[in-house]
Amino acid sequence: MVSQPAPVGLGEPSALERGRRDYRHRRARRSTGVAVLSTLVFAAVAVLAITSSPGWARTQASFFDPQVALASLPRVLEGLWLNARVLLVAVVAVVVLGLVIALARTLRGPVWTPVRLLAAAYTDFFRGIPLIILLYLVGFGLPGLRLQGVPTSPVVLGTLALVLTYAAYVSEVFRAGIESVHPSQRAAARALGLSHGQSLRLVVMPQAVRTVTPPLLNDFVAMQKDVGLISVLGAVDAVRSAQIESAVTANFTPYVVAGLAFVLLAVPTARVADWASRRATRRQQSGSLL
Amino acid sequence: MSEPTGPTGPVLRVRGLSKAYGDAVVLRGIDLDVAEHEVVTLIGASGSGKSTLLRCVDLLETVDDGQVWLDGQDITDPRCDADLVRRRIGVVFQAYNLFPHLSVLDNVTLAPRRVHRVGREQAETEAMVMLERIGLADKASAYPDQLSGGQGQRAAIVRALAVSPRLLLLDEVTSALDPELVGEVLALVKEVSEGGMTILMATHEMGFARQVAHRVAFLDGGAVLEVGPPEQVLGEPEQPRTQEFLRRVVDAGRL
Repeated sequence: MVSQPAPVGLGEPSALERGRRDYRHRRARRSTGVAVLSTLVFAAVAVLAITSSPGWARTQASFFDPQVALASLPRVLEGLWLNARVLLVAVVAVVVLGLVIALARTLRGPVWTPVRLLAAAYTDFFRGIPLIILLYLVGFGLPGLRLQGVPTSPVVLGTLALVLTYAAYVSEVFRAGIESVHPSQRAAARALGLSHGQSLRLVVMPQAVRTVTPPLLNDFVAMQKDVGLISVLGAVDAVRSAQIESAVTANFTPYVVAGLAFVLLAVPTARVADWASRRATRRQQSGSLL
Repeated sequence: MSEPTGPTGPVLRVRGLSKAYGDAVVLRGIDLDVAEHEVVTLIGASGSGKSTLLRCVDLLETVDDGQVWLDGQDITDPRCDADLVRRRIGVVFQAYNLFPHLSVLDNVTLAPRRVHRVGREQAETEAMVMLERIGLADKASAYPDQLSGGQGQRAAIVRALAVSPRLLLLDEVTSALDPELVGEVLALVKEVSEGGMTILMATHEMGFARQVAHRVAFLDGGAVLEVGPPEQVLGEPEQPRTQEFLRRVVDAGRL
């Protein structure tokens, strides 16, 4: 049972209630003690088991060499800065493109049939195609055409491939959100005289965005690490820098450093996603009895 | 402060029950007994504490002071296993809360089979007998979304009764129903009470309270202001607050 703060609205609790609270307090303290103890024991056993295993010395030298780690850190971080910039641009582009596609799929009326079909085909295609193939096609194939005005920078082309893929995912998330808003809300908006566009913009979308924030953040976390894939096109990002460092030192530690850097980048987003989904659940459940 | 109630005492005894959320006091020192086979109805305005009282009795809320005994056992003692207590109490909610992914029969037999370890065959036979009696036998394999509100609420009552509880708690079971469906649910509650079930129910149906209840308790601001036979509390209330409440109910055409 979760111990709650004593309500202040009631006066002094009776001796009986004080006894009950003391008992719950003791129980809670004992639970905490057990939790701390079991965690410590578990950690000690794990550390002991790992460090005493036969391959540990070689593993440590190959993956966790502090000197190599320190030496590779500046270049990896420099590469990570590129990843971060790519991510920032890509996220904005993905949200805009995803939203446009989602809205295109919700258009009503026979005139819009080709737009609807096109949007559906887009999501089907770009969700289905492996990102790595798309990267090759866009990153190596496009510049190979030698068309005028086509960018040749691996960073720009990598970002483009990333945006094309993720916009397809995100548009489906948006669409699910739009459809999750109860039809009666749209009816109420139209009944007030709002146009289709107005009811979408002022009533449906605000609710839809709130519902889909947790899954959107989840896609954002996935995208944070997939920006590392632009390295296959030759962009010198964190992954590529680690690869270079690793080749120089004949040691895998730079990869571990780059990997940890991505993890650290993802942790805050994951926490924000947790918080957002908790808030969404609370909102949806408020008003119900249980 | 201990008031042990033996097998001859009331099924439910509430003494000094208090509950607050932060500085909002919902219940302030409720005293109430429900004897075996007795039907007690709780009346009062929204926010008077009726639902909270029921939730405290079913241990869905931790009480902040006072005690509740079920068959002489202090169920507010933190050492007492809430799950074991709840097995002896049946609850029906306002929004009936049937499980949408289970058929009516599975809704009714879930607790007997999974909690009370009754065999599937026996549980289903018993459930069918009850569904037969309330005229829902043909809906046994239907899912909750295929039922009318009245049928759903009757199924929910059968679900609560399927484990033969010592005490049945009904929380405004007709408030979410269309007016023409209220009758069938109340008829079932009446039948259940005539079968000897001990019932504590919150309701807005004053006419029904008058018909079925042995005693009526009027809650106001989280306290029991007046309790007694329905003729007295509903007919000749002593407290001005009760009189005012009943006048408003009459004005709204609910009595």
